Amino acid sequence: MGQTIVEKILSSKFTEDKEVYAGEYVTARVDLARLHENFARVFKILIEEGLSEKAEDIFWDVEKIVVGLDHYSPPNNEKVAEEQKLVRKLIERFRINNFYDINEGVLHQIVLENCHVLPGMLVVGTDSHTTTYGAYNAASTGIGYTEMAYVLLTGELFFRVPETIKFEITGKPQEFITSKDLILYIAGKYSTEVAQYKSIEFKGDGIKNMTISSRITMSNMSVELGAKFGIFEADDKLLNHLRSITDRKFEPVYPDPDAEYEKEYLVEYGDVVPFVAKPHTIDNSVPVTEVSGIHIDQAVIGSCTNGRLEDLELASKILKGNKVKKGVRLLVVPASKRVYAEAMRRGIINIFTNAGATVLNPCCGPCFGGHVGVLSSGEVCISATNRNFKGRMGSDKAEVYLASPLTVVASAVKGEITDPREFLR
Amino acid sequence: MQSTVEGRVWKFGDNIDTDIICPGSYMHLPAKDILPFAFKAVRPGFYSAVQEGDVIVAGKNFGIGSSRECAAAVLKEMGIGACVVDSVGRIFFRNCIALGIPVIVHKNISKHFNEGDHIKIDLETGKVTNTSMGIELEVSPLPQSLIQIVRSGGLRPLIRKILEKY
Repeated sequence: MGQTIVEKILSSKFTEDKEVYAGEYVTARVDLARLHENFARVFKILIEEGLSEKAEDIFWDVEKIVVGLDHYSPPNNEKVAEEQKLVRKLIERFRINNFYDINEGVLHQIVLENCHVLPGMLVVGTDSHTTTYGAYNAASTGIGYTEMAYVLLTGELFFRVPETIKFEITGKPQEFITSKDLILYIAGKYSTEVAQYKSIEFKGDGIKNMTISSRITMSNMSVELGAKFGIFEADDKLLNHLRSITDRKFEPVYPDPDAEYEKEYLVEYGDVVPFVAKPHTIDNSVPVTEVSGIHIDQAVIGSCTNGRLEDLELASKILKGNKVKKGVRLLVVPASKRVYAEAMRRGIINIFTNAGATVLNPCCGPCFGGHVGVLSSGEVCISATNRNFKGRMGSDKAEVYLASPLTVVASAVKGEITDPREFLR
Repeated sequence: MQSTVEGRVWKFGDNIDTDIICPGSYMHLPAKDILPFAFKAVRPGFYSAVQEGDVIVAGKNFGIGSSRECAAAVLKEMGIGACVVDSVGRIFFRNCIALGIPVIVHKNISKHFNEGDHIKIDLETGKVTNTSMGIELEVSPLPQSLIQIVRSGGLRPLIRKILEKY
């Protein structure tokens, strides 16, 4: 019987020599475990369960563990500073080589830039947006702290093999339409339950033309559709991209032609217009024209969702020759040190600062409301990040609209939610 | 843990998300301090009525939403013996198993139970009985590997056992 991508990956990682299909449970070997500041929380579980003060060599494979400080970089209070100090001590004690300190940026971005993830891998992380690596043809998902403690010791974890749904994307997008508009369109049309506990495979000629950066945004947002995995096939574009950054060997995974999909959805990319998710859920999304004119106080471009070079470059096209509206705060957060440096080299950072934007250091930024750029009550923010839940970016009396970097920057210039196509020349 | 769970049924509807089970503003607290706030939006004071071994029966999408582990931890703290639900949030399900709370997922199972009924669950065979109404239901049991984790009391005892070596 044919298998989907996730059925193949979980079969190959199964501790028993057996092919598995949707609905079955497996104990699988993990290829990579990634943690951020919450490594400290996982360590606390180990301590509570009797880890002795001297034990060092306890993890299953330190080369398969990646840790980065990205949520609170640099620390904004003493509690966080203590937590980060502990993480650094643990990195030394357990000799974890793959460690990224506060200067590096968002760990999801770094994991991809440095190819810690490769096609066919099974990856777990204590962060719900671990689905992001599906763009690299990997099965990658978020888990809890207790589970992570177990993974670090054993390298194994149980998984239910999920049903797979297919999103077939056809056609070409109109100008100024990004994959963020596409995923918000999908959320609005099919709701955030469409992929609950399922694996998504993205396919179609609309994907073939899509950049790797744009695909990363889709895999990243898959978790917002309820998905356990959001996976792309390894086409030539991905293979060339990977070969340009690594010489490590890998085995791309393709679905069988007779693989069984629970459901298939056909999406015409050309039908997609700029989309905005209204407060307070992602599937509360509408064409930008339905909300244009709403006054904004803050605008954000950044995060694991839309903080890559492509996002900054696109946004800078609208901003060039324009100014951020007086009274609006435009916060720009490059996803990584590398993105920041390249944006600097290309003059993009200059365009932002000259237009009146505030450019922050690479980190998770205002996205989760616990570090910088926090909203006060009654404020309205339009953000190229991933969640608009009540209280997500600060006050639970603030309102967050999600959109593409283009819509965000167009809105920052006008001081109200704006269709970016107004800036088409 | 025994292979059967028996207790009183507490019945909930659809879409009980992790924000209802463990409100975000209290999620940083230890589980025992979250107790008074658990299910506050739909059933204030729930924790004080629950007895060790009681079972939550709920409709669709129980435990959807944020991945916070405290939602499962607070159920364990109040002594919930099992959850029997029509469908479940993915990470919540994982966290329950990891903490040793069996979760039985079966389409439309909740309609066979009323609040206060007595329920008996045989984890090994998948037989779920409403002893008050005399209804017997056959559901697919959890796989053996998960039953082992649950019967061990979750992953923590397994973690403890591994750490004894060091």
